[in-house]
Amino acid sequence: MSTASPPTRGFVGRHAADARDPRLPPGQYDAHDAFPVLSAEATPEIAAADWTFRIDGLVGAPRTWTWDEARALPPSTYEGPIHCVTSWSKLATRFTGVSVDSFLDAVQPHPSATHVVAHSHTGYTTNLALADLTGGKAWIAFDYEGEPLTAAHGGPARLLVPHLYFWKSAKWIAGLRLVGADEPGFWERNRYHHRGDPWAEERYAGD
Amino acid sequence: MPATDDLLPPLPEFAAPGRVAPSLRGRVQWQHAEVVAVRRETPGLRTVRLALPVWNEHVAGQHYMVRLTAADGYTTQRHYSVASPPGDTGHIDLTVDRVEGGEVSGYFHTVARPGDRIEVRGPLGGFFAWSGDRPALLVGGGSGVVPLVSMLRHARSVPGTADLHLVACVRTPEDLPYASELASAPDVTVVHSRRAPTGQPVGRLTAETLAPHAAQALAEDREVFVCGSTSFAESVAKPLLTAGLPPTHLRIERFG
Repeated sequence: MSTASPPTRGFVGRHAADARDPRLPPGQYDAHDAFPVLSAEATPEIAAADWTFRIDGLVGAPRTWTWDEARALPPSTYEGPIHCVTSWSKLATRFTGVSVDSFLDAVQPHPSATHVVAHSHTGYTTNLALADLTGGKAWIAFDYEGEPLTAAHGGPARLLVPHLYFWKSAKWIAGLRLVGADEPGFWERNRYHHRGDPWAEERYAGD
Repeated sequence: MPATDDLLPPLPEFAAPGRVAPSLRGRVQWQHAEVVAVRRETPGLRTVRLALPVWNEHVAGQHYMVRLTAADGYTTQRHYSVASPPGDTGHIDLTVDRVEGGEVSGYFHTVARPGDRIEVRGPLGGFFAWSGDRPALLVGGGSGVVPLVSMLRHARSVPGTADLHLVACVRTPEDLPYASELASAPDVTVVHSRRAPTGQPVGRLTAETLAPHAAQALAEDREVFVCGSTSFAESVAKPLLTAGLPPTHLRIERFG
């Protein structure tokens, strides 16, 4: 967490301190219209017809959805901010998809499942507590601002967990594996924080 | 019964593993760095040299966070790659792009001077990092060359490090940072997209111009580090993957 810092000679911020938007977590700035792309791999081109989404691991009924099957589930929209660990936030976004709850309802999660490895069609992984994906807090998103998600932003479908830093919202989502222990994913093995709560500034290991 | 882990298919292998061992130091703390020099690299790039009271040697390619505080307590922070090599003990060079209306880049380009103190925190990140143990091809566009130059300086200054080759892509000769180190060097290829020195070709980096570098990277099992804008990163990564580079050999860092 931040402690009071001495002023930097000659630095004039874009805003007065008391005008800082209360929706911005500590250390974040408003990217306004920009939507930076920060994946560590080349952007894959995945046709919707080829996309699949699977939930397995500690579940009673592992299942794979096709694009049409996933799109047939009840739609759900998220409107609000997103926060990237590289310090930019977007304060007003609108993603439409399906609540992760709707998928989990179909697979009978086992009581021993405490965590999830989210994995992408590129092989990217990120770990989450199961509790961070349930209760209307997470989506499989297909549309951004009313348009299909572009490939650069994870289309045809990405995980959306907007209350955590955005590296948790795995692009090109391929599946969720429910597990009984926290297993670090790609960035988490590269010194980033296991949970990534922007309000607690959980950016790096040890934060 | 739920399926057990040992019955599940393994998840596919992703990018090469991290190059920096997990920190045993715990949280990386903020510290007060002193500006000891400010140097204009190009019309759009300025290097700020900082003296650090607490020295934690970085791995070439890692970055620092910078935090600036206004008189009324307003703070803002950004991430910048380190340009200096790990052996430059006690100091880091941060090379900062000039961004129109950028509150932090504007500070570095028009305000910062020797003697000023700013808060920094690092080194950070462990994926886009090169410790010198494996040969690599480095491809940077514009300010994307900054972390790659840290790697090149490390390779040049430490005997026994693996071989590197840097492809630096800039618009004009005046846009080449660290020009005295990069121009006319055997381990550097400079690609000029708008205007080149007399006798050198002009044109963007293409699959054709990348081909010999890709062939060498494949033949010598090199890792490839790509840094720049996302459009630049895609324009480099796709031909390399098409040429047969395993995705696990590719490390990309995008500047938004």
